[in-house]
Amino acid sequence: MSYAVEQNEKFAAYANPERLVSTEWLAAALEAGALTDGKLVVVESDEDVLLYETGHIPGSVKIDWHTDLNDEVTRDYVNGEAFAALAAAKGISRDTTVVIYGDKSNWWAAYALWVFTLFGHEDVRLLDGGRDKWIAEGRDLTTDRTAPAPGDYPLVERNDAPIRAFKEDVLAHFGKPLIDVRSPEEYTGQRTHMPAYPEEGALRGGHIPTAASIPWARAAAPDGTYRSREELEALYLGEAGLTAGDDVVAYCRIGERSSHTWFALKYLLGFDTVRNYDGSWTEWGNAVRVPIAKGAERGTVPA
Amino acid sequence: MTTHDLPAALAEIVDDFQALTEPDRLQLLLEFSRELPELPDRLKDHPELLEQVVECQSPLFLAIETEKNDAGPADAVRLYFKAPPEAPTTRGFASVLHEGLDGLSAAEILGVPDDMPELLGLTRAITPLRMRGMTAMLGRIKRKVAASSRSAS
Repeated sequence: MSYAVEQNEKFAAYANPERLVSTEWLAAALEAGALTDGKLVVVESDEDVLLYETGHIPGSVKIDWHTDLNDEVTRDYVNGEAFAALAAAKGISRDTTVVIYGDKSNWWAAYALWVFTLFGHEDVRLLDGGRDKWIAEGRDLTTDRTAPAPGDYPLVERNDAPIRAFKEDVLAHFGKPLIDVRSPEEYTGQRTHMPAYPEEGALRGGHIPTAASIPWARAAAPDGTYRSREELEALYLGEAGLTAGDDVVAYCRIGERSSHTWFALKYLLGFDTVRNYDGSWTEWGNAVRVPIAKGAERGTVPA
Repeated sequence: MTTHDLPAALAEIVDDFQALTEPDRLQLLLEFSRELPELPDRLKDHPELLEQVVECQSPLFLAIETEKNDAGPADAVRLYFKAPPEAPTTRGFASVLHEGLDGLSAAEILGVPDDMPELLGLTRAITPLRMRGMTAMLGRIKRKVAASSRSAS
């Protein structure tokens, strides 16, 4: 039994309003004791591995993108067994409503939500505006440890195909739209990593030919919430040139920033087929003989 | 590399980290992040004296000063850091370097092995990418110390 869906005017315009909750909604749900019976679990997922410990939403649990969601050996996500163990340890059952929030306009929270979706977790939502908005509004934080009652999570095999693209899929995708969500400097090939971030070792700079450049943060308002449906349409239907029904692949550097865009395309604009290419530039920019376009032009479909 | 190659204060910190399990190491780094001293007023009022370490994922500013040490054998290098509270990992590591290196001589700081951050045993928890940011922070300190001791001599 999932938790009641929030009704408000902004969310109602989106294709899947049930995928977002506002800070007001969450605060009221917490106030009403929503966390006591395991029907609702609040998850914080940040870039900085220590940020949760400096203060988090009371009763929330932490999931770390790197140590919890990535396989330790293979460049892949955890398997069904590890995911079931993780979810259960965090108090999450298969029918739990999970609300995820995090730093940097929910960049890592969207990534965690995408991984939950690989496992087909049905009711997983983002806190619109994330950690920064919650704090800016002066809402409660605590450093108390959360000790959830274990959840009951079945072993579910990951189903990558609907929302995850591999390099081979991208090569077969040419002719259909691609969205590059990295910074303009990374897109043109001027640099291979984010401005002000450490070099991650891509051997070539540039973008996948034909990809439209829409840096991920343009989908977020200054307060970290998603932009309105109208604004998102101007960005993705207008500027990027997508049309309803398109089969879209989004990518960035390792698939985290593009999860934020994937969420906007899939749930806010309602594109049925949107895949996140998590190999992204750290794979493509190092792969042998894949086509690359440099400069600000999108480039053409490789022959 | 062992802790024998490190200045005493830094060796002690590394030993403390190594004695712990991984979750406790993160907890210790968090405690360090809380202990990073505030900038002195003369630097607070003069942000242009601080230099940004661009290789770090979060904004980190750094300044070094040399204090004449008339009694001792060498001048003391003083380190100053500024990093926002929403970047506790960066603050924690800056605080480790502050406690381990502040007040040492230029030669002692320059003698710290470049891969010292690896000794803290945090790579798995923090990711190799973040560790490179930490290594860059140490590298930047050493470059600044080297430049300032060259200009002083």
